Amino acid sequence: MIVDAYGLFETYGRLLDEDRLEEWLELFCEACRYEIVSRENRCQNLPLSLMLCDNKDMLRDRVHSLRHANIFNIHFDCHVIGLVRADVGEDGRISAGAAYSLFQSNQDGESRLFSVGRYSFGLRRGEDGLLIESALVVVDTGTIPTLLATPI
Amino acid sequence: MSADIALARYRFPAADCSRIPYGMYLDAEVYALEQARIFRGPVWNFLALEAEIPAPGDFRVVAVGDTPVIVDRARDGSVHAMVNRCAHRGATVQRAAYGNCRAHTCCYHQWSYDLAGTLINVPFQKGIGGKGGLPKEFDKSCHGLEVLRVKTLSGVIFGTFSDDVPPLEEFLGPVFVHQIRRLFHKPVRVLGYQRQRIFGNWKLYADNLRDPNHGGLLHMFQITFGIARLSSKGGAQLDAQGKHNLSWAAQGGRAEADAGDGYAGTDRGDMAIKLRDPSLLRYEKEFPDDLTLAISSLFPGAALQQIGNTLAVRQIRTKSADAFDIVSTFFGYQDDDAAMTRHRLRKANLAGPAGLVSMEDGEAVELVQRAIVRDGDRHSVVEVGGTGPVCDQENLVSDVPMRGFWLHYCKLMGITPGDAA
Repeated sequence: MIVDAYGLFETYGRLLDEDRLEEWLELFCEACRYEIVSRENRCQNLPLSLMLCDNKDMLRDRVHSLRHANIFNIHFDCHVIGLVRADVGEDGRISAGAAYSLFQSNQDGESRLFSVGRYSFGLRRGEDGLLIESALVVVDTGTIPTLLATPI
Repeated sequence: MSADIALARYRFPAADCSRIPYGMYLDAEVYALEQARIFRGPVWNFLALEAEIPAPGDFRVVAVGDTPVIVDRARDGSVHAMVNRCAHRGATVQRAAYGNCRAHTCCYHQWSYDLAGTLINVPFQKGIGGKGGLPKEFDKSCHGLEVLRVKTLSGVIFGTFSDDVPPLEEFLGPVFVHQIRRLFHKPVRVLGYQRQRIFGNWKLYADNLRDPNHGGLLHMFQITFGIARLSSKGGAQLDAQGKHNLSWAAQGGRAEADAGDGYAGTDRGDMAIKLRDPSLLRYEKEFPDDLTLAISSLFPGAALQQIGNTLAVRQIRTKSADAFDIVSTFFGYQDDDAAMTRHRLRKANLAGPAGLVSMEDGEAVELVQRAIVRDGDRHSVVEVGGTGPVCDQENLVSDVPMRGFWLHYCKLMGITPGDAA
């Protein structure tokens, strides 16, 4: 199972880095939740997110909007995902987490640290492997450099 | 005055500020002068909401320009603001970003200040056995934290360094007093914060807030999904000096009007695309008027926003001539039910650094900053909506309010636009 969880995180980061956002969407269940929240709000028990999709259609709309309706800094992402921890609860639910660093590079090849934080995923086993029921991204980099367009 | 040498480098060739020299966005000396003449000048700076510091002893560290400021609530319930810098050696006194305390104590030498900023304790003030310590004539009452004068309106806290600024309500003017009372007509509940660092000059963001013309051209989300177009019913309202701007849009009226061929020659305006979950766009009417968008940009560096049901205050915190932060405090009302809170939290997707509607603003500011870097003596063109006197605008194809900001900015900076031609 830990091997499967590692594989999921590897695929997750790679699809984002390769701008394969439509394929990235297919890592999620239909009834899913994707949320990016700052450590600042988390620590104060404040419910506001930076990005919140509480069903897959909202997540599809995010990607659709990025493709057709948003203007943002032209950039390339590089996710460096740390060691993965995975646990199976008594109810059979799988939770998996990992720290990440996300570097962003521009067209001139200048790179900057864009975000660091931690993933906490709720997973279930689908026909072709693990699927994401919930993805919580807690960002330590709560002061977003420039803007946040591509999902983390 | 030597400080004005920086200003003499740049010409405002038009008396109506329809030309802005790029150098005003680039020059570190101009930036330093702004801290004294704008942020510490005759203005009321938005500081925080009373709802953020509800209990005695509650505090939060904010900023006026680039000056760190503590806002707190004293035992008697009164609200205070003071520069977060020890009167002794200049160290940061309050190291936490927020919290609750009985006194603000500097960790360096343990000088301690009460919640109004008065110095109340210096350890070993009289030394030991008559040796060491502070001189006998040292008067603690002369060594408090530097305090700002504070006024609140409907739970919104403003502070000033100036003794010459008009009273708060006069500084705001009736349009903006009304907007604050409208947005804060009942007790609010803070939902959370969003922060964004933009690598550009803070005035490019102040400009952007006063440029209704870009809304329907840059922000493709609202164009594409038909939320707002330049043909929508909307406009801008200013105060008597033109320094504050209310950008507004309303339901009904011309909202569905034909944009004609206005979008011809652009790749904007394809209405064929639909959201799979349009609930994000639903507006639950919650104000007596028909405004669906009301963004009050207050001179110099704040904005109070209603974007549908997304309510927030934004504070510009300057960092240097080429960087600033936007700190947004999102809120709802204490009597919101669970469904309304959920609706607001989902709709927050539209605003902020990841906002489906607003993310472009960060990019737009940086696009300007990068391109003007070597040409401080050239000028930005500000004539959409016409030149000449600054007045209210009854449509969105206008950047006239931007000139209102600059006219007041020049007045405070000691610049006479038009006289250097």
